[in-house]
Amino acid sequence: MSLLIVVGAILAAVFAEWVAPYPPEETDFEALLASPSREHLLGTDDLGRDTLSRIIWGARASIQAGFFATVLAMAVAVPIGLIAGYYRGWLDTVIARVTDVLLAFPFLILAVGLAAILGPSLLNATLALGIAAIPPLIRIARGETLALREEDYVRAAVANGANDAVIIGRHILPNMTSTLLVQATLTIPAAIIGEAVLSFLGLGVQPPTPSWGVMLNAAQPYLNEAPSLAVYPGLAIVIVALAFNLLGDGLRDVLDPKTER
Amino acid sequence: MSDGSQPVLEVEGLVKHFTIGRGVANSGRVVHAVDGVSFSIAPGEVLGLVGESGSGKTTVGYCVNRLYEPTAGTIRLDGADITHLSRRGLRPHRRRMHIVFQDPYSSLNPRMTCGQIVGEPIRLHGLARRSALEGRVVELFDSVGLRPELRFRYPHELSGGQRQRVGLARALSVNPSLLIADEPVSALDVSVQASVLNLMRDLRSELGFSCLFISHDLATVEYLCDRVAVMYLGKIVEVAPREELFARPKHPYTQALLSAALEPDPDLQRTRSRVVLEGDIPSPIEPPSGCRFRTRCPLEHESAPRSTDEEPPLVDVTGRGHLVACHLVRRGSEAPRLVEPSPELAGAPDR
Repeated sequence: MSLLIVVGAILAAVFAEWVAPYPPEETDFEALLASPSREHLLGTDDLGRDTLSRIIWGARASIQAGFFATVLAMAVAVPIGLIAGYYRGWLDTVIARVTDVLLAFPFLILAVGLAAILGPSLLNATLALGIAAIPPLIRIARGETLALREEDYVRAAVANGANDAVIIGRHILPNMTSTLLVQATLTIPAAIIGEAVLSFLGLGVQPPTPSWGVMLNAAQPYLNEAPSLAVYPGLAIVIVALAFNLLGDGLRDVLDPKTER
Repeated sequence: MSDGSQPVLEVEGLVKHFTIGRGVANSGRVVHAVDGVSFSIAPGEVLGLVGESGSGKTTVGYCVNRLYEPTAGTIRLDGADITHLSRRGLRPHRRRMHIVFQDPYSSLNPRMTCGQIVGEPIRLHGLARRSALEGRVVELFDSVGLRPELRFRYPHELSGGQRQRVGLARALSVNPSLLIADEPVSALDVSVQASVLNLMRDLRSELGFSCLFISHDLATVEYLCDRVAVMYLGKIVEVAPREELFARPKHPYTQALLSAALEPDPDLQRTRSRVVLEGDIPSPIEPPSGCRFRTRCPLEHESAPRSTDEEPPLVDVTGRGHLVACHLVRRGSEAPRLVEPSPELAGAPDR
């Protein structure tokens, strides 16, 4: 189920041109703030733009931000965490302390701050979200490495005469993948929500390009007349974020060789 | 060794201290895990290293295999000093020794198939590749009594005994001259223990490797070992050939240890006399001065005050390789008896 939603959201984002009934910026002045109808399944906004189409197009920004921010964060955090946890020493102390300091800032505050520095655009929002997601991932990768290097099979690898690359690559990294995967599926929805927040604040996607955050922002003045304008993008965020979280649980079970399929 | 051939392993004055607590409060506290241990193992010999939990026997095994960095002392493998070799420098020597771990559940990488696990040392040392590697793995599975098909399975699909056989196959894959076995059967069911011990015994006579067999179980040591070293609180208190040690234990601690082992015959078990040691093993952070066993020794009143300030050296008291570290045991005189040993002391596993 969660897989269907995630795949559906990704497909909708990739093939938005064909899936969406209207172009996202096409206005229909016959139907301003229209309630749901045959022509506009989820109604229209103050400029007569089709809400459904804008949600579908908005998925693009959300999914992009979610994925690329997570990939960026993983690519930076995992090697750092592995090196810190495996080699210990002063470098580990420095990395751990810096991480602790950064962890003191909430994820969204950090992302908002970074996005403000970088300037408003989807790319910069993604970068900001990715960077903000790095500290907790470093901590997790480092913690896992610390635990795994005490395992007997890592000792056995040392006794085998394995070098560090083999030990890290074959014995430590594969055994933390399920933890990392679960963490990734928590980071993706966090980044999706983060993108909505940044766009809502005007630090991400710029109107009139659709994004769930932009739509929420635009819906603000009309909360009384047309609450559905805020409800539908909000629902989209909730459903997709939840689906990613549930998918993570499922993936962990599948990828862990210890659980029966 | 007395037979003149070069020992496979020579350990001299091995010391391993762990520093604990880097905080201000307890800085500089040192755990004396191993404190001056010396022994050697002849080609094809099985040396049993026994002692209770916390006596430092596993630490000795890890130091010999350089999984721990020794604090002091020397370790010579086939005559080569490996005590302070770098990781890189040690690599060629890794072929000549390997280790079997106690816990068959954490000693195998859960993400590798059993075949990959057994083949890894061969691959890493570049001894065989592809089909030759595959053939060697099949051969190894066969020699430890596992069906070759099991090499495609993951460790969690195997039983404890099977997993320990995989661990043994991995250790033997490079044909080591020294096998370090760190309580290889203590995590297994008793019925499985017997089969793994039999296997080790058969493989030893077939392949002729030497073995440092670490155990707290006197029965398995008696079954497998040629010589036995008894450790107490980081030191060896007695070393003797197996029959000699089990028939005529000299150190009071060894005597107590042997008398604590269960007797298979319940009638005998009920009637025989036992030495019960009082208290626990002292903390290795502050080991007792002088003789380390004095705080629990039933004969302390006889050896005091000498035992308080003087550490008894490990000396050969019979001239035939029976070494004891006790002030009360001297060459030529009979050792003090705590109990009369029964002829077949030490029977079943001690739990």
